[in-house]
Amino acid sequence: MKGTAWKFGNDINTDEIIPARYLNTIDPKELARHCMEDADKDFMKKVKPGDIIVAGKNFGCGSSREHAPIAIKAADISCVIAESYARIFYRNAFNMGLYIFESKDASEKIRQGDSIEVDVNKGIIRNITRKEEYKILPIPQFMQDLINAGGLMEYVRKQGVK
Amino acid sequence: MGQTITQKILAAHCGKETVTPGEIIYANVDVALGNDITAPIAIHEFKKCGCKKVFDPARIVLVPDHFTPNKDIKSAAQVKVLREFAQEHNLDKYFEVGEMGVEHALLPEKGIVLPGDLVIGADSHTCTYGALGAFATGVGSTDLAAAYVTGKAWFKVPETIKFVYKGKLNKWVSGKDLILFAIGDIGVDGALYRSMEITGDAIDALPISGRLSMCNMAIEAGGKNGIIAPDKTTEEYVKARAKRPYKFYASDPDAQYCQVIEYDVAKIEPQVAFPHLPENTRGISEVGDVKIDQVVVGSCTNGQLDDLRVAAQVVKGKKVAKYVRMIVIPATQKIWMEAMKEGLFEIFVNAGAVVSTPTCGPCLGGHMGILAKGERAIATTNRNFVGRMGDPQSEVYLSNPAVAAASAITGKITGPEEVMK
Repeated sequence: MKGTAWKFGNDINTDEIIPARYLNTIDPKELARHCMEDADKDFMKKVKPGDIIVAGKNFGCGSSREHAPIAIKAADISCVIAESYARIFYRNAFNMGLYIFESKDASEKIRQGDSIEVDVNKGIIRNITRKEEYKILPIPQFMQDLINAGGLMEYVRKQGVK
Repeated sequence: MGQTITQKILAAHCGKETVTPGEIIYANVDVALGNDITAPIAIHEFKKCGCKKVFDPARIVLVPDHFTPNKDIKSAAQVKVLREFAQEHNLDKYFEVGEMGVEHALLPEKGIVLPGDLVIGADSHTCTYGALGAFATGVGSTDLAAAYVTGKAWFKVPETIKFVYKGKLNKWVSGKDLILFAIGDIGVDGALYRSMEITGDAIDALPISGRLSMCNMAIEAGGKNGIIAPDKTTEEYVKARAKRPYKFYASDPDAQYCQVIEYDVAKIEPQVAFPHLPENTRGISEVGDVKIDQVVVGSCTNGQLDDLRVAAQVVKGKKVAKYVRMIVIPATQKIWMEAMKEGLFEIFVNAGAVVSTPTCGPCLGGHMGILAKGERAIATTNRNFVGRMGDPQSEVYLSNPAVAAASAITGKITGPEEVMK
């Protein structure tokens, strides 16, 4: 995963990620068109495939709408890095397969426009622009199992579907 | 070692004696709720997975309430997905517009959620049912789809913060103010991943409506669930509604808490949360001069009959200020009917307010009262994020029904004392 960092603050809520006025559809492409619109209305005009969202604490707070991680994923954002996540957003991301990482260090030190690379295997975020490295908080085993299975529905399917 | 009420309910639903905070469990779900926004994704995932039968048609609840009565063609198509799924799987707990209500008011009212239950809902305010002594938490659509298949959901057992509210409430102070005060104190991530156990003699004296408002907003502090141990008030509420057995749980005296927070409620006045986070609270005496364009009384937080009664009491015989819109939304059809019979609608309409059919509507900027750029509303809802009720440059202030109603009369944020002189 490699891309340019787009910086956001603390408590970015799901209404900012995908405003409720667009929730009358579940089409990922249509949702992606409005990704982050109420936090930065020109975000989708500026962002490039593979870019990375970097935010502060409590990213994804508010509503349970899975449309939020769906919109981010369909906008071709490769991953989100934040100091912490609201819990429903956190579980939604693992359940549906959006990569998210927790790193206080990365959240604080990465600046807008930095070139960022994530090495999942080594658990490290590299800031190519600033020649720095930040540690990713280890992912709990159960979440790792979900990722390995390919998301919650695949995990469920592997346990046998009636 | 003692267990909290939350630990006990989680343990009972995964076949264990005890569970420990941090442990991941795979637990049985008593009720799985979805609405017109979240269920279409769950149904899509369910079908994609090749599953033919839901785990238990009696435990799946579908409430199209967010954009209903259907606000546009796309919303109508979303609701149609729910309706067809309900028909296909014989789900008796699908609620069409004439029998519906805002989901978190409807489920307790109909006895669908009961004390001791484990409830998941693809809606963040599912935590409301903690008011009845259930473990209830918001999840995503994929979680819901997985529950449709397996009847189970995964959880990390949370640590618990205990809130102790002591003393007697001041006049015009309600459950809404108690929870806004706590959110103002600990912040919107103050209870992140944690359970909020709400206790104290002030809570013992609180009616179910106030308890529902409090647990409803646990999510606004990041909480996994809000919960109040069931008591005589709970028993009174559920006994006439329950159609299956239920169980009262209580925390052990030696249960472990990561934090205990005490409040003297005598020091709490009606609260107002300023834009754009529920944690930006101030007492009504510290609000200053804030002119408003719209007032909304309703939602899963404050759309109960008690809430409408308070709002009606404040506006009775008065007029809503010129150029101000006051929109009253009873949370369910039953509440609507009772409010009508009590003559509340006459009071509202005479004052110059409108009364709507039950819907989440304006709370999430759906319909039935959207704000233009630069407009400002005071609402009894639960969120005041950027763009929540309409244009990204509009503003929402959160309060209890008495403050909202008083503000409608003066056209600026006002405490009820001021208009009840």
